[in-house]
Amino acid sequence: MNNVELLSRIQFAFTVAFHYIYPPLSIGLGVCLVIMEGLYLKTGQKVYEELTRFWVNVFALIFGIGVATGIVMEFEFGTNWAVYSRYVGDIFGSALAAEGIFAFALESGFLGILLFGWNRVSPRVHFLSTVLVALGSMFSALWIVIANSWQQTPAGYRIEGEGMHARAVITDFWAMVFNPSSVDRYLHVLIGAFLSGAFLVISVSAWHLLKGKFTDHARKGMRIGLWVAAIASLLQLFTGHRSADVVTHHQPAKLATMEGHFDKLAPADMYLLGWVDAKTQQTTGLKIPGGLSFLVHGDFKKPIPGLNAFNPNDRPSAVNFVFQTYHLMVAIGMTLIALTWFGLFMLYRKKLFDMRWLLVIFTGSVLLPQIANQVGWYTAEVGRQPWVVYGLLRTSDALSQAVKAEHVVVSLILFTGVYVMLFMLFLYLLNKKIQHGPYVKVEDPETPPSKFNTIAR
Amino acid sequence: MDSFLGIDLPTWWFLLIGALVSGYGILDGFDLGAGALHLFFRKEQSRRIALNAIGPVWDGNEVWLVIGGGALFAAFPLVYGLILSVLYLPFILLLVSIIFRAISIEFRSKEPMKWWRQFWDVSYCLSSTSIALLLGLVLGNLIQGMPLNANHEFTGRLLDFINPYAVLIAVTVLSLFMLHGAMYLAMKTEDRLYARMTILINNTSKFFILCFITASMATLIYVPHMQAIFHNHPVLFVLPLTAVLIVLNIRQSIEKRRYLRGFISSSVTIALMLVLFAMGLYPNLVLSNTDPAGHISIYEAASTNKSLSIMLLFAGIGMPLVLTYTVFVFWTFRGKVKSDEISY
Repeated sequence: MNNVELLSRIQFAFTVAFHYIYPPLSIGLGVCLVIMEGLYLKTGQKVYEELTRFWVNVFALIFGIGVATGIVMEFEFGTNWAVYSRYVGDIFGSALAAEGIFAFALESGFLGILLFGWNRVSPRVHFLSTVLVALGSMFSALWIVIANSWQQTPAGYRIEGEGMHARAVITDFWAMVFNPSSVDRYLHVLIGAFLSGAFLVISVSAWHLLKGKFTDHARKGMRIGLWVAAIASLLQLFTGHRSADVVTHHQPAKLATMEGHFDKLAPADMYLLGWVDAKTQQTTGLKIPGGLSFLVHGDFKKPIPGLNAFNPNDRPSAVNFVFQTYHLMVAIGMTLIALTWFGLFMLYRKKLFDMRWLLVIFTGSVLLPQIANQVGWYTAEVGRQPWVVYGLLRTSDALSQAVKAEHVVVSLILFTGVYVMLFMLFLYLLNKKIQHGPYVKVEDPETPPSKFNTIAR
Repeated sequence: MDSFLGIDLPTWWFLLIGALVSGYGILDGFDLGAGALHLFFRKEQSRRIALNAIGPVWDGNEVWLVIGGGALFAAFPLVYGLILSVLYLPFILLLVSIIFRAISIEFRSKEPMKWWRQFWDVSYCLSSTSIALLLGLVLGNLIQGMPLNANHEFTGRLLDFINPYAVLIAVTVLSLFMLHGAMYLAMKTEDRLYARMTILINNTSKFFILCFITASMATLIYVPHMQAIFHNHPVLFVLPLTAVLIVLNIRQSIEKRRYLRGFISSSVTIALMLVLFAMGLYPNLVLSNTDPAGHISIYEAASTNKSLSIMLLFAGIGMPLVLTYTVFVFWTFRGKVKSDEISY
């Protein structure tokens, strides 16, 4: 790996991992906002309006950073991965253009009304804006995941040209859109995002309950967050299984990497946790012998091709890394199911709000879906290596020819500095908003509602 | 499908991207310009009103850059990769400025401390200025052409993008955006700030006209390939003439304090300058200033007709929607900014 490649990969990984903190939070919060504002319209209770306004403020902060860091991603394809851009442009471009035209414009356009339109439009139109922003953010995820899925399981294309002039061109748009992995991966990503947003609501509500502040709002918020998270965590089990199924059929080398399975053709074990030594090709840990074979074929004895069945140049080298990220994701997924359904059970028994130890756990739990989303993507992307487009274009061939290592050093330092600062400011302001809590209006029939906005922000 | 309404698909996309870039220039141009003028407002209240004048719309305006970039990626992937990697540093600085600007707008109002607000005001003004300058720098380099060999490989050096002509275009773009933004702010403000704006508009318009004349002369003298089209089609000379008339009209509108008319004129100026650039370029997208074989034509860079026609369908459905809700949002927030609506 030369320096330009290493640096460009570090830069892309860093900027995309940082970016991926925010959009899932916006998508998940968007769903919660629709429920909160919907309940306000339905019941007319002020507490739901105040709750919605509070979370809209949090949403604005997260959304703003998501947009700014997202523009970086779009342009980085061109700056650092010019060959890749040329290679996939015919295919990937239409997905990206569709995102810009249909999704991103929708959410950014209506965000203005969501944030500033409280007194300018009727409650119904405002609610409609909230729904459109939420839908827009889900559409954005759709097109991006379709494009990424095409890189994992290309379909509906043919290769034109040779050598450095080769490129993939589209032959069947719908086959490209519904490539073998896109639907399952989209649902997996989307539900991961729901979890991320819902757990932010859960965590903040739990914190307010622990502090005994804004308890009315916090109870309502907790209910909404828990229900969304509980349903999502169960659905995630299903979409996760479906996604693994796609990997099994279309990216067997990735599957073998995920479980640290080396033998050319042998029954494969499933690990609960473990450690892979890629040099000695040994995987040790707590396992269900033949478990992977059972999951894939329904038979503990059926063989599955291991890493040695593939040319060393065509399979991932960071085996232990992928193994660990994958298992961490699964472990967190299971924990979230237990946590949310236990929480709902306690809510049903009317004990939840008095169980301080559980509220403490809920407060910290916001990190769990964040970590799971991150490591899940590490699994998907590192597990795809050494390919940037699976089986077609190698990562090492996809770089910009005009860019030198010193260029990338400069940009990497710039991005690192800016993002570290951005992240600290984000945490500071988020914390401030949370401590400040919902603005509770004192009932005064003489005060027109327009004053509210001034103080809330 | 190879053509639509008798125009081939790569040309359609050349035109569409031109329209998107113009739309971006007109829309983000005024909020960038307002940002570049930000430090001219001394009072806290004025700064807040100025920020809230662009508050609900700047994010939507920036989307045009995202769509324009996405469209260039989709329609002309070869050029997308080439321009962005050859102009690597300006684009990275552009991205960093975009982030700084977004967080400055977002974070400024979150703390009452004087130093905090001062810091974000400066950061907002500097990032807006640098975005305008960098966009102009990129434009200047594209007008001149870049050193590309017959294989479209860049043969220049790291800092070649900084040259007198490109810097002149950068300053011109900044001055135009400042004037454009000042007129937008004049339409959105009243009383003291409005009075302040009238002075600023007067000064920025002089600054712009000075840049406009210098840049036009420099282009005539140093960039002859941009005029080739007028030798072949003299009737097209009406366009640069129109540009001059429109610029004169801006001055006149300012004297009569008819800022909506002035704003529309500066919008047309932005679009016309890009039209003139596009006419000088067509049918190429990137010019080589060392080897004519290094020019990249739209036909060489284009995606397949299949891909272009799918995207044309998207654009046909999507762009009217984008325009509709852009208009809806602007209509919702029409009129002067009232101080009880301040949110930033």
